[in-house]
Amino acid sequence: MTPLLTVEDLRVEYPTRKGVVAAVRGLSFTLGRERLGIVGESGSGKSQTGRAIMGLTPPQGRVTAKRMDFDGIDLLTAPPKLRRQLRGGRMAMVLQDPKYSLNPVMSIGRQIIETLQTHETVGAKAARDRAMAMLEAVQIRNPERVFDLYPHLVSGGMGQRVMIAMMLVVGPSLLIADEPTSALDVTVQLDVLGILDDLVAKQGMGLIFVSHDLRLVSSFCDRVLVMYAGRVVEEIAAANLGQAQHPYTRGLLACMPTLGGSRHPLPVLDRQPEWRQ
Amino acid sequence: MSATSATGYRAWLLADRPQSRLQARCGQGYATVLRFAANRLALLGFFILVALVLIAAFAPVLAPHSPVAGNLATARLLPPGSPGYLLGTDDQGRDILSRLIYGSRLTLMVVVLVGVIAAPLGLIIGAAAGYAGGWLDAVLMRITDIFLAFPKLVLALALVAALGPGIENAVIAIAITSWPPYARMARAESLAVRRSDYIAAIRLMGGSPWRIVSRHVVPMCLSSLIVRVTLDMAGIILTAAGLGFLGLGAQPPQPEWGAMIASGRRFILDQWWVATMPGLAILIVSLGFNLVGDGLRDALDPREAGQ
Amino acid sequence: MSAVISVPRPGRGYAGARRVLIDLGRFLVVIVTTYLGLLAVTFFIGRVIPIDPALAVLGDRAPVSAIARVRLEMGLDLPLYQQFLIYLRQALSGDFGTSVLTTHPVLEDIRAVFPATLELATLGTLIGSALGVPLGVLAAVKRGSLVDQVVRVVGLIGYSVPIFWLGLLALLLFYAELHWVAYPGRLDLAFEYTFSPITGLFLLDAIMQGEWDVAWDAFRHIILPASLLGYFSMAYISRMTRNFMLNELGQEYVVAARAKGLSEPRIIWRHALRNAAVPLVTVIALSYAGLLEGSVLTETVFSWPGLGLYITNSLENADMNAVLGGTLVIGSSFIALNLLSDLLYRTLDPRTRAR
Repeated sequence: MTPLLTVEDLRVEYPTRKGVVAAVRGLSFTLGRERLGIVGESGSGKSQTGRAIMGLTPPQGRVTAKRMDFDGIDLLTAPPKLRRQLRGGRMAMVLQDPKYSLNPVMSIGRQIIETLQTHETVGAKAARDRAMAMLEAVQIRNPERVFDLYPHLVSGGMGQRVMIAMMLVVGPSLLIADEPTSALDVTVQLDVLGILDDLVAKQGMGLIFVSHDLRLVSSFCDRVLVMYAGRVVEEIAAANLGQAQHPYTRGLLACMPTLGGSRHPLPVLDRQPEWRQ
Repeated sequence: MSATSATGYRAWLLADRPQSRLQARCGQGYATVLRFAANRLALLGFFILVALVLIAAFAPVLAPHSPVAGNLATARLLPPGSPGYLLGTDDQGRDILSRLIYGSRLTLMVVVLVGVIAAPLGLIIGAAAGYAGGWLDAVLMRITDIFLAFPKLVLALALVAALGPGIENAVIAIAITSWPPYARMARAESLAVRRSDYIAAIRLMGGSPWRIVSRHVVPMCLSSLIVRVTLDMAGIILTAAGLGFLGLGAQPPQPEWGAMIASGRRFILDQWWVATMPGLAILIVSLGFNLVGDGLRDALDPREAGQ
Repeated sequence: MSAVISVPRPGRGYAGARRVLIDLGRFLVVIVTTYLGLLAVTFFIGRVIPIDPALAVLGDRAPVSAIARVRLEMGLDLPLYQQFLIYLRQALSGDFGTSVLTTHPVLEDIRAVFPATLELATLGTLIGSALGVPLGVLAAVKRGSLVDQVVRVVGLIGYSVPIFWLGLLALLLFYAELHWVAYPGRLDLAFEYTFSPITGLFLLDAIMQGEWDVAWDAFRHIILPASLLGYFSMAYISRMTRNFMLNELGQEYVVAARAKGLSEPRIIWRHALRNAAVPLVTVIALSYAGLLEGSVLTETVFSWPGLGLYITNSLENADMNAVLGGTLVIGSSFIALNLLSDLLYRTLDPRTRAR
């Protein structure tokens, strides 16, 4: 089975006044139609990875890799127009906070239709129907009402569902979810995750789930990549997380308190400088 | 002891972990100065302002001729480059360069006086309104908004018309219309600070409102206030020049730059320099304030400057 | 259903109507107090500051009987608050007194000259927005490029140069040297008595009546002062547009729009500018107000017979009634435009509309 996405030695660098800062330093992985979780703390480079794959790195950043293929297309040499066509059409990204990632002056329905009409030629009526169907698919019970609302009028959970609808309406094969539930309340998180789970399975997508929450990722994904300081320190199947080798991963696991376990002292991550190598 | 050497001081200022509040503050100030100095346009503006102050201070030494007494007989309306008259003379035989040099004193005076009157006035009103809250806040802000909605030049015009022409009246008129933005800024800062925990702590320790406002609220406003005042100075100079152009500022024979343009207007066709030179002076000084203001804003808040 | 925050819909039942009324009430309070404040300030300038307000109004060559009459009219022997009420009553009914210079009621004079200023300010704002908005967008999108630098320099000069001086130089170049434009006034003498205006905006009127030679003449007269004002308007508008656009382009929804695969022009104009348009419209309204003020000096330089020239002429002749009347009119327009810009902000931003 050919992998959906192949990344080899990805590097993302930014020039700053103090020299070049590398956000991602030599990341490699392959992804099939499976769920891959990328876990790391702030500054580990996990978000930058997703954006580099999508082609959303800001212009001052430099993206280099030995290889970056998506479904047979070489992303490194692809012209910008092709990459733009891929975005939203065949590879999609869900951002963290719908309060900021939805256009405040456009109605929800219009924003979903916009994705649709960018990648396919559909008439107005057909586009509206498909957008409604998508809103229903993300379990919004009153799609006609929500369709005309502005984003600030809906709650966080519903906003994130709208974002998912907006990004998946064209039926991409790859989804990169960048902290999709981090801005939500815990109870709502489970709802949204359930919807993601359902859609990913139904459409047979490959999923990259980026998060700082190791427990969440391990329960949701098949494989986990642990990142620290721009590098992968551990790659492990989610089921085998308990047998993680790298001290950083073990440290993360130890930080999660368990019911009935000892509480004094609460373990804290002690970062070793050699992990940066 | 390396503390006395230049590198020693620099290291102390840029230390990653300052040992005292003084060190942290000095370090921040130094970093700000470095950022400012890296901005070439801001430096240019700074030199313009320094030049303005120096020229005003040393006017008697620098000016080759008297600014008010002209040679009507032989030196009327001479073009620039005439011997002894670098920028030419006006219709009264007065050297334009000397008039510009002495006029810088008037410009500086307007700038300083308006700043000294309007900024503290606005600061106090705004800080008091923001900290006190309630009806005092509502009343003061209503007054501020009313003044904010008035046209500056037109009101200054009417005020000077009633008070009589003269540079002191012009200063008062401009200052009265300039304080509202500072009040707004000070109020916003003090509103933000009012609810914070450390203010509550000071109150618990028995600090009076006066002490809180003056020692804790006001310093927070200072940096944005300084930027705003500097930027406003450019507009104030233009307003003062406008008043002078209409004959409402300093009275003849005082070498006020705006008034010089007005009197040179009659000869603009053939003796263009009489009206042009003072305008250039106004442009340069105004530009200086704008550049410094922009530079200060970028230096004090690097996020605004972008990366 | 609980996932949707409830939206108070105006017009829907008692609660909705009450909210609209409260908002309206608040708005009215603002208008009334601001306008009262303006009247208080002009009252102060006209009646409190001068040692003898009657003398200030009539000039020192007026006969004693006239001064006594005016003193009675103003109620100068009454306590101050009563004087203010008299003044209020007069001002609100349009009685700004009589002009010493023209012997007409000031309101009549102002009505005759105001359209000229309106024409100038309107054309200036049109030029300023038409140039300023695209330039600002371009400067923001191509940040740091040559276009950006040029726009910033042009804007910087616009903030630093005295408008009357630039006007004089412009006249020198475009009128005296090149003969491209006409000066002074609004129309050549030949047309001034044969042309009958409708709205008072000569250019518009001439076009509406199909009088093309008049229109061309009006254009040649207005283009330089309007361009001058337009330059200052453009400096301000382009700078604000650039700032607003930079702010919008850094927002997450722009990243999301790119992730959707939208084209860059669409993102710039339909997404970022649409959001920036909200504060931008208020900026344009404020710029218009600023041009009304800037017209005072511009009209003096171009001998443009508008409200600004009227005020400065009255100033030279110590005609206090006229000066104050003109100040009131410009001040009221200023206030009205400020409030309009507030209103526009509320209506255009969907986030504030719900409140």
